[in-house]
Amino acid sequence: MIVLSKEKLPIQKEQDVVLFRNRIKELATKIGMSLVNQTKLITAASELVRNMLRYGGGGIIHLEIISRNSIPGVRLTFIDQGPGIQDIPLAMKDGYSTGKSLGLGLPGAKRLVNEFDIKSEPGKGTTVTIIRWKNGF
Amino acid sequence: MNKESAAALKGKKKQILEVWMGNQLKDAALRDDLMSVSELQQQSEELLSSLLKAFSSARAEDTESDGYEPIHDILNEISIMRARQGFSPRETSSYVLSLKEVLSQVLEERFRDEPAALYKEIISMNKIMDSLSLLTMETYIKGREEVILRQTNEMSEISTPVIRVWDGILALPIIGTLDSARTQVVMEALLEEIVATGSRIAILDISGVPTVDSLVAQHLIKTVSAARLMGAECIISGIRAEIAQTIVHLGIDLTNIYTKASLASALKMSFSMLNIQVTRAAQNGPSGSKQNFGF
Repeated sequence: MIVLSKEKLPIQKEQDVVLFRNRIKELATKIGMSLVNQTKLITAASELVRNMLRYGGGGIIHLEIISRNSIPGVRLTFIDQGPGIQDIPLAMKDGYSTGKSLGLGLPGAKRLVNEFDIKSEPGKGTTVTIIRWKNGF
Repeated sequence: MNKESAAALKGKKKQILEVWMGNQLKDAALRDDLMSVSELQQQSEELLSSLLKAFSSARAEDTESDGYEPIHDILNEISIMRARQGFSPRETSSYVLSLKEVLSQVLEERFRDEPAALYKEIISMNKIMDSLSLLTMETYIKGREEVILRQTNEMSEISTPVIRVWDGILALPIIGTLDSARTQVVMEALLEEIVATGSRIAILDISGVPTVDSLVAQHLIKTVSAARLMGAECIISGIRAEIAQTIVHLGIDLTNIYTKASLASALKMSFSMLNIQVTRAAQNGPSGSKQNFGF
């Protein structure tokens, strides 16, 4: 896997979300991702960035364009220094929420991307990495 | 800053003001399109008088002391005003910084034969002016943020009109991101209008919402539930193909809510729910002549 471009974006408040979504759209358009794939990626990212703001108190997102077997894709890494997640398998279950949301953010985001990785250490923070390839698989 | 330099500066007040004004008027960055010269003169005079008064106070070097309070007020006013008028950050901060040059000149004249004292006085004057200039910048940014906040509020108000498309049918085109604050505005506007018009059907059109994630969906569901409690049925229209796929993958359950791809089909559905029939009028009138619409 090769990293073609890399940038960082700090997220501190709700207004940053719009900026971030627009930036993903630009990256996805640049590699020629179709509208459906773009929408899926942006929605997944939107779920994760909202989690980051709500539970992690903001953080940093790494936006990368990567390439594997000459197929480009977008990789996003969400890093926060929040309280972390106690029970990841439980958090990944549909309908489970410690807040008052629908509880679809994490599991929904996982279904919307090709690769999904979550690491969390209680008290230290959470890191989520997602990849969506240009052709969708 | 010692008494001697404060006195020297005070004695040269008129001269300082003249040179300072002259420099400002010469400066290419002068925005006489945003502010008249007489206004600038008045502002500068006011600032300079309070500044010289503060210099001769007991704690001249502490810009947080009481003697500097009037200066803070004046600078706050000036920078907030400039932020609103559209001055650039450079133009705003150079206003205070440009005074530094003139004050240095006066101090130089006064302490020509005492380089050690001159150095000390210049440093202390610089410290005061820098701290005031930082204050100007801080307030300037605050002023700009206020402008942004006001615009955000205006935008959320503008973008939520409730339209009466038919007797008993309301339409609400939602444009932009639906966050918690927007949802509140949208919901209030819709519920008020349902009461005011006694409408039975409300169409929420989300064609203009770029991303529908679980939070947006949750807000929509809440709005629909609230409208239902008031006896109005909601139809969500404007669900684009890519959004439909995304909603399915996310696992959001919208099966209890009427959804349509376009506003037109939502309107059609409302007609049938209200037993309204819309038919095309016959092309030819009873007399056989073509109707004339005036064109």
